[in-house]
Amino acid sequence: MPKDYQQDFGSIITSKTSFIDEIINLARKSSIFYLLFGLACCGIELMQTGGPRADIDRFGSVPRATPRQSDLMIVAGTLTYKMAERCRLLYEQMAEPKYVISMGSCASCGGLFQYAYSVCKGVDKLVPVDIYVPGCPPRPEALTEGLMRVQDKIVRERWFTARQKIGQPQPSLGVDYKVTA
Amino acid sequence: MRLEEIQPRLAAKFGERVGALAPANKDAFVPIQAADIVEVCKFAKEDPDLAFDCLMNLSSVDWPKKNQIEVVYHLWSYAKRHALILKVVLDRAQPRIASVESVWKSADWLEREQFDLMGIQFEGHPDLRRIMLPDDWVGNPLRKDYAEQPQWHNITTTRDNSLEGYVRLDELKKKAAEAAAASKKEMPS
Repeated sequence: MPKDYQQDFGSIITSKTSFIDEIINLARKSSIFYLLFGLACCGIELMQTGGPRADIDRFGSVPRATPRQSDLMIVAGTLTYKMAERCRLLYEQMAEPKYVISMGSCASCGGLFQYAYSVCKGVDKLVPVDIYVPGCPPRPEALTEGLMRVQDKIVRERWFTARQKIGQPQPSLGVDYKVTA
Repeated sequence: MRLEEIQPRLAAKFGERVGALAPANKDAFVPIQAADIVEVCKFAKEDPDLAFDCLMNLSSVDWPKKNQIEVVYHLWSYAKRHALILKVVLDRAQPRIASVESVWKSADWLEREQFDLMGIQFEGHPDLRRIMLPDDWVGNPLRKDYAEQPQWHNITTTRDNSLEGYVRLDELKKKAAEAAAASKKEMPS
């Protein structure tokens, strides 16, 4: 057995596992179940996005009425402090891995109501947010775009490949490939 | 029944304790004493000619400079199709008034709302607690001197994008119009 092949042996294994990762991620990105969490007028657009015109069902994304079966929480609307606690509870009830879309300006920063005493200044004050969708409210196309950005995030994740430090070379993914944040 | 007829009817029953109808040019109201509120409301509801069977709204106004809080009762009669506004002045430091929940059931939640946002104590209310804000909220937000707490349940209340240097568009337009007017004056006609 040539010496360089021996050295490269590990990378053959990792390249195989990264292929498994691809399959897993293909399955995961095609079945993002989202939590029905419409709080205000954005909720109407959220329903439209699930409706026949925008139809995010074609991405395999269907609404679930419970956080325990959801992968994605779409925070759609004005978040008050009273609701913020419930929002955090719902997020904690979701199984890992979980993603959050902050839909509309209210969920992103308080929006139109940010000077109100009872309105939370953005859902990122409570839970980590993956994708911000701007708009007041965003059109269904915009939310669909947000969902596709979540899919992009999902396909980049690795499960079987050893996770490496940022800046380290990743031999299984090519000589020049470096892990970035 | 017209408003000018309703006030004398109340005055005939309660005399000096019911104030005059004012103001003439706007939505007129009848000022009454805080101690009489339940009595007056009961009379307004049970009198066959007045028959105020509905408390449309119960709100309040904060006057920090006058050190007053006004409680406003909007009454409506479905049977007679007439309305009446009653106003009561309370001390701002200790706003206390008897509850009219015994007269109209709808006063229950309306009084809870005023207790929540304005901090008015309604004596004799069966279930006086906050209705909209969380139970452990500090302060009454609709008071003019309400100060926001720095955080609530470890959620910060400060904004990332405090609108510093933010200019209102109508003020800009106003300034531009003033500048235009000033330059017009300077120019010889």
